[in-house]
Amino acid sequence: MPRELTQNRIQKIWVPTKDDKRRGTGAPHFANPPTVIVMVGLPARGKTYISKKLTRYLNWIGIPTKVFNVGEYRREAVKNYSSYDFFKPDNESAVKIRQQCALAALRDVKSYLKDEGGQVAVFDATNTTRDRRDLILKFGSENDFKIFFIESVCEDPSVIASNIMEVKVSCPDYKDCNKTEAMMDFQKRIECYRTSYQPLDPDQYDRDHSFIKVIDVGRRFLVNRIQDHIQSKIVYYLMNIHVQPRTIYLCRHGESKDNLEGRLGGDSGLSQRGRQFSAALARFVDEQQLKNLKVWTSQLCRSIQTAEHLGVPYEQWKALNEIDAGLCEDMTYDEVKEKFPEEFALRDEDKYYYRYPAGESYQDLVQRVEPVIMELERQENVLVVCHQAVMRCLLAYFLDKSADEMPYLKCPLHTVLKLTPVAYGCKVESISLNVEAVNTHRDRPEEVKRGPGTLIRRNSVTPLTSPESHIKKPRIEDLDEAPIQELPGSVASLALCTSTHIPLALAGQNLRSSSVCHDILLPC
Amino acid sequence: MVGLPARGKTYISKKLTRYLNWIGVPTKVFNVGQYRREAVKTYKNFEFFKPDNEEAMRIRKACASAALKDVAAYFTKEHGQVAVFDATNTTRERRAVINSFAKEKGYKVFFVESICDDPDIITENIKQVKFGSPDYIDRDIEEAMSDFIQRIECYKASYMSIDDEKDRKLSYIKIFDVGSRFLVNRVQDHIQSRIVYYLMNIHVTPRTIYLSRHGESELNLLGRIGGDSGLSPRGLKYADALAKFIRGQNIKDLKVWTSHMKRTIQTAEALGVQYEQWKALNEIDAGVCEELTYEEIQENFPDEFAMRDQEKYRYRYPKGESYEDLVHRLEPVIMELERQENVLVICHQAIMRCLLSYFLDKSADELPYVRCPLHTVLKLTPVAYGCKVESFFLNIEAVNTHRDRPANVSVSRKTEEALQTVPDHN
Repeated sequence: MPRELTQNRIQKIWVPTKDDKRRGTGAPHFANPPTVIVMVGLPARGKTYISKKLTRYLNWIGIPTKVFNVGEYRREAVKNYSSYDFFKPDNESAVKIRQQCALAALRDVKSYLKDEGGQVAVFDATNTTRDRRDLILKFGSENDFKIFFIESVCEDPSVIASNIMEVKVSCPDYKDCNKTEAMMDFQKRIECYRTSYQPLDPDQYDRDHSFIKVIDVGRRFLVNRIQDHIQSKIVYYLMNIHVQPRTIYLCRHGESKDNLEGRLGGDSGLSQRGRQFSAALARFVDEQQLKNLKVWTSQLCRSIQTAEHLGVPYEQWKALNEIDAGLCEDMTYDEVKEKFPEEFALRDEDKYYYRYPAGESYQDLVQRVEPVIMELERQENVLVVCHQAVMRCLLAYFLDKSADEMPYLKCPLHTVLKLTPVAYGCKVESISLNVEAVNTHRDRPEEVKRGPGTLIRRNSVTPLTSPESHIKKPRIEDLDEAPIQELPGSVASLALCTSTHIPLALAGQNLRSSSVCHDILLPC
Repeated sequence: MVGLPARGKTYISKKLTRYLNWIGVPTKVFNVGQYRREAVKTYKNFEFFKPDNEEAMRIRKACASAALKDVAAYFTKEHGQVAVFDATNTTRERRAVINSFAKEKGYKVFFVESICDDPDIITENIKQVKFGSPDYIDRDIEEAMSDFIQRIECYKASYMSIDDEKDRKLSYIKIFDVGSRFLVNRVQDHIQSRIVYYLMNIHVTPRTIYLSRHGESELNLLGRIGGDSGLSPRGLKYADALAKFIRGQNIKDLKVWTSHMKRTIQTAEALGVQYEQWKALNEIDAGVCEELTYEEIQENFPDEFAMRDQEKYRYRYPKGESYEDLVHRLEPVIMELERQENVLVICHQAIMRCLLSYFLDKSADELPYVRCPLHTVLKLTPVAYGCKVESFFLNIEAVNTHRDRPANVSVSRKTEEALQTVPDHN
């Protein structure tokens, strides 16, 4: 006999009745082994840029991902950076510290992927030697993690100088230096790595490894042995992003007749003030003096009417249509409350997952809107004229907002958000075009009890904010207890930590309570 | 396309063309070998392809030019958007000709080179598609194999792969060893990016795809469209029969996919294995016509009903979807199906029509009328350049839900004319 099915009340998903118990939050499916993405490349090749951007994308499409930046571990361990001498290959004490940092980061990777519900960990370091990469491959195979390398190769001096200016000169290492000093020091730092750099070798050594080589900031790619869906998506994403300066403008359609009546959804035209906004938008766009602006709208009347005022060609995307409120379409919130009181309450309980009866949820929107994000990445200057819920989804992607925050992001009518990529993130400017409009924003109600997380299905799309890196304090304190100077110079034998984590077993070493570093391992 | 013979160029050309057409990008293959077969009625042997055979060289060059001319006509007169120039194109000289042709006309060029030196794969390719080619129709297998191998040798001496240094300004993808490695250079635009993504997801490992609708539903019995009803008693019987059938197929590692609608999930439940729910597999949204019978649609929305019959592929239900919207929605499903191996997809009538049209290369006109009856499993196996289909009716009676295009599609038609092809229901 087939099992009884129940439709869960928030997501409207049919599940076998006995399974309707809510599972804990962040319980991912166990189908795929976790993946460690390993960045490879000389300094200032965009590794951290790629790490952060990729992590933001993966979290937005619902794959819990976190960056582990070994440089940050090093800054924790060595409070003050003095100069590039730290990175000289013959600076033995520094080499040991850097080694420990890498191992500490790997330990945190393991904990994230095994105990914290992580699905992808991005190991952001230079990883320029085969020894270091072999260490990671071993770590991966011991823990049943898939390993995927992303190597960034670039020898264009202007790109490198530009990278250094964008993100290195202002980094904590150089807080007490002027720009020229910082630039010079950093260039010397790069040289420290160059001699020992062994790029990925697709013909021989790395023939059986899965990786992508990004050459000259995306002009060329070498892709080897993609193993699964997530690696395929990562490759597709990397091939679509670019670093050309550009601006993205997000705004809603002008105030509509339905907005005036407080009605949800529908396909009404603009109100008079909505038309005024459209004219103001045209003037604003003109003033911005943009080269080749693309204009995208949804297929709903109000967004098209808004674009019409601009007097330029625009492209209609069905994927940009407002969230489908199903049976609640065209109703006011009061009418919804009256006709579907239970639904009304459920929505406030879990606005991200909540699916309108015969309609959509924010979670559905993210899936629907993903091709728009992919195309936005390919494009340069774009103005997107869309709707409240859709704009919240797009904004959550650009600003790295979680599923929890997304449905409550403020996207008022008659306001343009101007997004400019800068350093590792996105600058947002909010520009109100000074045309009055109703407020359509409903805050999270205070009295709503935050219930435990709803059922998380396989392939669930649950945007998460990319987690902040945090370096577990105890480890670094142990480092202080075993000061580097007292260790013998030739054989590296370090007491790394006394935590209950099982230390990495390195080639040819016995597993003891303290990890041992082989002295030929070169630092990252 | 670029590559020695038997490297999968025509396989890729046809498959890619099928995909691009399905997602709505008008695409056509121009296979120079076919032009050659037109020009030289009977193929004798590999000597035709010897580099010193001047007369043959002239003919082959003329064929390539004729094909390029047709490419131009396809773009200007037939509104084509992508042309796949399927030939070996193994010399820099030939590729330069193509580049100047394109530059002159303002076309973009994207090279797809297939590189493979695994003798097993090449032999297998020759067996799969060359023996059946018109060139070898009267030969015995060993003769054909030996001749073809010598044909390949004719090209080898002058083969110059796309050069990563000299050709660094060109846009191309190199496929190594049937997809184990790729080199991608200078993707210029959206369509090239989609092409690259597609090529990186397809594979040639043998596998089977099973397509089926959910078992007969309560609303099916009443002749109502859409909705989210459960299975009827016969539908439940089908679910059991499907389970039995699948077990009998003895498939290794079968993935099972359903939609988010109760009727497909109930059907999958009977299989007793894990399944994955895809919202993208939900039935077409009939908007204001959800849960109506065709008679009720005719009564309440006669104009809409007529317009749907006029252009069923593009027609969008008010507040609902069109088949065209469905194709967009299903594209990620197709991409994932390409990545997977053995899969059973339990879906709905309109969805199954879309998926089947992708596999069997049906046009937008044919798509909305493809027959996908209830209680019938379609088994698809990739073979040579296409797909073999086997249909299994699992012997459980069900209503017919297929409505053919009526003779009169004008908005001024009478009710009986509109309802002429509606299948029987309770």
